[in-house]
Amino acid sequence: MIRVTRRYHFAASHRLHAPSLSDGENRALYGKCNNPFGHGHNYVLEVSVRGPLEERTGRAVDLGRLDELVRRLVVEPFSHRNLNEEVEAFRAEVPTSENLGREVARRLKQDWASAFPGEWPRLERICINETSRNIFEVSPDEIQ
Amino acid sequence: MLITRRVEFSASHVCCNPALTDEENRRLFGAAANPHGHGHNYVLEVTVEGTPDPVTGMVLDLKLLKDILHQEVVEAYDHRFLNREVLPFDRVIPTPENIAIDIWNRLEPRLVGGRGRLHGVRVYETADLYVDYFGETA
Repeated sequence: MIRVTRRYHFAASHRLHAPSLSDGENRALYGKCNNPFGHGHNYVLEVSVRGPLEERTGRAVDLGRLDELVRRLVVEPFSHRNLNEEVEAFRAEVPTSENLGREVARRLKQDWASAFPGEWPRLERICINETSRNIFEVSPDEIQ
Repeated sequence: MLITRRVEFSASHVCCNPALTDEENRRLFGAAANPHGHGHNYVLEVTVEGTPDPVTGMVLDLKLLKDILHQEVVEAYDHRFLNREVLPFDRVIPTPENIAIDIWNRLEPRLVGGRGRLHGVRVYETADLYVDYFGETA
């Protein structure tokens, strides 16, 4: 088995604000991430897949298909967007990178078979680098 | 405990399967199928697993690991056209997957018997594409 990891880049803005908390509590909890007009990051997304080597190609994953899937489900809908305003999932939940990682995992898991209908390769890991210092890893097994 | 040593090499390669047509190769491998080859600055991370020796406080002598990486990988791969100059890539397609497996096969016999056992090989073909191999049983 081989694990292949591909990194993707997108820039987006967000604001961390929990509607069930008061303005004061939100400021205390999220600090400057709660600034009312939002702020942005150059996100780096890592997608890891696992599978056996395909004899014919010497590859464990068709990178063209993986790139197309991630572009369609994540990069295109998230890049240069305001996550709170323009991504449906973040109307209901705070767009922390924990929740962003789970949303990416949910999207990829849901449509995985459209790109990879066989047993392999399997989606193994989603990792959101919000900045070079804050890194969030999610296993698709954590997602229902 | 896991210990990782990083080393770099630059090499060129072509990814294509001679049993397939040019069109099929282009579809499967894209620009990497260009017959004249192209190159990368590869980054290799080798991770060794073991328990520190109670006297030295080390799992293994990193200088020794550095020498093994140079002898087995850098001397063989660096500034070479992998398909033409490095076995087994005369018959195995030098995808990053196969490069990771070949590096594992070169290093694994050199890391038995001591305190440090080979745990994993990570090959970065570019900053945005890397492959991990943990041996046949993993």
